[in-house]
Parts: sequence; structure tokens; C-alpha cells
Amino acid sequence: MPDAPGLELIAQDLRQADTESVVDTVYFRERATLVVAAPAIRTVLGQLRDKGYGALMSVHGVDYWPEEPRFGVLYELLDMDEVDRITVKVRVPGDDPTVPSVTPEWSTADFQEREVYDMFGVVFPDHPDPRRILMPEDYEGHPQRRDFPVGGEPVHFTANEHDTPRYWE
Amino acid sequence: MTDTTDLIAAETVERAPAVGAGETEELLTLNMGPHHPATHGVLRLLVTLDGEVVKSVKPIVGYVHTGIEKTAEDKAYWKAIPVVERMDYLAYYFNAMTYCGAVETLLDVEVPPRAQYLRVIHLELNRIMSHMVWLGTSMLDLGAISMFWYCFRERETILDLFEYSSGQRMHTRYIQVGGVMEDIPVGWAAKVKAFCEEMPRRADQYAAILEKNEIVLRRLRDTGVVPEERMLELGVTGPLLRATGNAWDLRKAQPYSSYDHFDFKIPVGTVGDNYDRFRVRHAEIYESVKIIEQALEGLPEGPYITEDRKVALPPRHELATSMEALIHHFKLVTEGFRVPPGEIYYPIEGPRGELGCFVRSDGSSKPARVHMRDPSFVNLQAFGEMVTDGYIADFIATLAMLDPILGGIDR
Repeated sequence: MPDAPGLELIAQDLRQADTESVVDTVYFRERATLVVAAPAIRTVLGQLRDKGYGALMSVHGVDYWPEEPRFGVLYELLDMDEVDRITVKVRVPGDDPTVPSVTPEWSTADFQEREVYDMFGVVFPDHPDPRRILMPEDYEGHPQRRDFPVGGEPVHFTANEHDTPRYWE
Repeated sequence: MTDTTDLIAAETVERAPAVGAGETEELLTLNMGPHHPATHGVLRLLVTLDGEVVKSVKPIVGYVHTGIEKTAEDKAYWKAIPVVERMDYLAYYFNAMTYCGAVETLLDVEVPPRAQYLRVIHLELNRIMSHMVWLGTSMLDLGAISMFWYCFRERETILDLFEYSSGQRMHTRYIQVGGVMEDIPVGWAAKVKAFCEEMPRRADQYAAILEKNEIVLRRLRDTGVVPEERMLELGVTGPLLRATGNAWDLRKAQPYSSYDHFDFKIPVGTVGDNYDRFRVRHAEIYESVKIIEQALEGLPEGPYITEDRKVALPPRHELATSMEALIHHFKLVTEGFRVPPGEIYYPIEGPRGELGCFVRSDGSSKPARVHMRDPSFVNLQAFGEMVTDGYIADFIATLAMLDPILGGIDR
């Protein structure tokens, strides 16, 4: 892990390339997180790749509801030679959750960005295959959102199928 | 009548003609699954074939999506352990370990050395168990039915050990936040030692059965090769990456839970074909046995769970005499412990690769977000490239050597 000064140095380097790119840095429990503006995510990940963080291990979606900006997308980068990890975080507002897709540069993000879209409704405009992945294709809503109730969906059995309007479709 | 024929004719014209290699050939789209024994779960694959050659594969997942991550958000931290365990159902100790590790990091709780060693013993037993299921079922896919019985015999022995130490065969809930559920029972260590003596001999027998077997060799060698660089780009980890010769193993690279105390090797392959994947996993069984033996040998004395009463339940006997213990017990059982706000990604080396748990806490007693980076889910992305331009017959062997667990993919 880069330590707290190391994280600041990385942030400084990134800010020199683009003053708007790094919004904030968080150092918590010996883990370093860069908070990055959504439009800059592709260039920032590219610059971090040049610094040695060559592997994208995971992409998580987070819903910070009722906070604003509501959604977060986290990228876990790994430097396999130095054995060093850094988290890059993007926050996007609830009314326009759009994050540029990093799949063209990082093939591993393909399924994971689809999962974030499926679960949270965050849109990745340049994604090569922007479909749902875990929920059915005709599903409405994004179930991992914090305001999506647990158990809000009736389970269909033969015994109660007539309670569902137009169940035969 | 004419109307109907016109409709049929119109429909036929609407459909795009399939393009093949020549005028007399065309591509065939074949649906495989979701119910297919060789898919190792409810995996659906849309395969495009040019004769016997696979042209493209589209995996369709989500058939066993049960919203475990959503369910975990609705439970107190310690009550979420059983649901999290059920994601990858062959690696339940690993799921619990990565989730508890993330929560412990958020809480800044120290895990006692004895608990760390007990975790390692169970994790490595679980790794052998997972590899046994993989070996048995994948050899079944290649037509070797007796391997299935042999491997499941060893798996049963391990499940009996789990039952002995925790009361459950699967989804044991043994690993807790701050340690483990209880100390190992009398006689368990001796049984594990006996197993550790037996297991390498069994693994030798498997090698004797399989490694000189013409069918196994011809079906596994030089099939499903993807170069190391591409594997890294696709985020593939675990035995699949190690088979290409990259010795990336989190147990060595970023040791957690006292893995740096043990002497073991990381088996790697050379070519990265299905045979190497088979050999790497097979060799890992011996290494896991070595780790278990060392951990049993050097098992430290001391508590098996943290003494921090805000996190771990007080011992039962204290409840009768101590008011404070009673209060702690009541608070833990009703509300659970509160976790300081923050976000943590905690990766460990699962049987299939990097298994990581992301936990976000908002300061309450329930996790605000639990996300599992499941190695099966990420590794599945490489499947298309492994099988494209290969024969459909190699397809099943490659899928078996990929070792996807759909419970982990769909969560």
C-alpha cells in the first residue's frame, strides 16, 4: 500500500496532468483511496497503469443514498511487482449516474461494469455490451439500490399465479 | 391460405442469413444449458459453431442469483456471515474469511494467533475439498467415472472433519468476526493428522491413474491456451494464472492470517494449457497438506476468539456471574456490534483465485454494502478466448478446467 504521503504524491502527480482530476484522497486503515472526477477516470487509470498499477482486480458499485452524489464506483488497482494496492473512487449524482467505461482499456471490467449497471443503474456509455448480467433482461429497476425494498417482489407459484395480472404473458 | 404463406415467407426473409466460411457452409448457433451436467452449475452458453470448430461463446449467467449481497445489507454484521458463506458453495470458509477479514479491518480488531492458525487449517482443508470436487467432476466430464467416486471419498473425509470441529458439513459458520466459533474438539487434531498422512498417498494414486492416461493427456494437452499477458488483462487469478507460469499467490504476496509462518511452494505451469491447470491444482493439494501439518504442529496456545467483548460473545459461564457479560451478550445478540464508518476491500487467495470482499460501513450495526469479487465471475470472461477456434470436444474439458462455481458467479 502507498502510505499517506505516498498517496499525496500520486495525487499531486495526477493533479499536475489535470487539475480537475483528483477530487480528494482518503487514507483509512492503511488503505489508500483516490477520489476522482468521473470524466477523468479513464485518463487517471491510464496514468496509474503507467505508474505500475497494471491490474484492475475489482470494480464495485456503491449506493450512498440518501447522500449526494449518490452513487460510487470503486476500482481496485494492483501493482503485482511492488505488491501494492490503490483504490480509485468515482462519485456520480443520482439523477445522472454516468461513468465513462474503462472496458476498452481494461478487459476485466466488462462483466463487472455490467454488474454495476444491473444492480445500481450506473450507465457506462462506451461499454461494448451494455446489458444486464445477473437479473433477467426484462427486469425493471436496480435491486441493489438502497431505496429498493427487500422482499418487495411477490414469488410466483401455481397457487397464486391468478393474483398476478396478465400472468400468462 | 395465401396470407399465411406470405407471412411465413416474410419471416424467412426478415431473418438475417447466417454467414459461414463458404457458400455451402453456415454457422450453427447452439444453446448449451442452463441445465447441463458439464456446465458445473446453471450456466448457459450460446455457442456459435462452424462445423466442429467453436467461433464464439456468449456466457449467460444469473440463473441462481439470489441477492445475497442485498440480503447481507439487511442483517447485523455477524448475522450476515451465514448468507455470505453461501455464495461460492465450495469455498465457504474462504467467503467467511474474506468477509470477516474486511469487518475486522474496519473494526481494527486483532485476531489471536491461535484463531489465525485454526483459520488456516480450515481454509486449506477447504481448498483440498474444493479441488477434490473439481477433480472428480472434471474427470467425469472427460469420461473417467471412477475418479468421481475416489475424489468424493476424500471430500467426505474432509466434510466429516468439518462436522467434527463445527457441527456442520457445509456452510459451517466457523469463522467469526475476531476469531473462530470455538476451539477444536478433543481428538480432532489426531484425525486431521491421519488425513494429512493419507491425502498425499491418495493424490499420488490420482496422478498414477490420470497422468499416464492417454485419453486425459490427449484431451488436456495444448487445449484452451491463453497467453499470460492476456490472462492478466482479463483479471484472471488463481490456478488458471499460475498455470501460465505466473507465480501470483496472495498467500505469499500479501500474507494474511499468519500464512507467512508456513513453508510452502507455489506450483506453476509452463504452457498454460488445460494439462497445466490440472497439474497446478493437483500439486496444490500437496502444498495445502504441508500447510495444515505445519499449522497443527505449531498451533499456539491462547484464546480462539478476540477478548474484545464489544465484538465477540462472552463465554457462556460468565453470564451467570457477571452483569457486564450479560449486558454485552444482550447487546450483541439483539443489535450486534457497530462498525466505524469506512470502506474496505479485503482480498484473499481462494481456491479459484483472488476472492475479495468489499464492505462499506455507515456506522450502524448493519453493513451498508457487501460486494464479493468472486474469482469465478471474473475468470469466466476468459472462457471465450480459451475455446474460440478450438474444437467443441475441447470446450467441455476447458470449462471443467476453468472450474466455475455458479453460486459464486451469480451470488
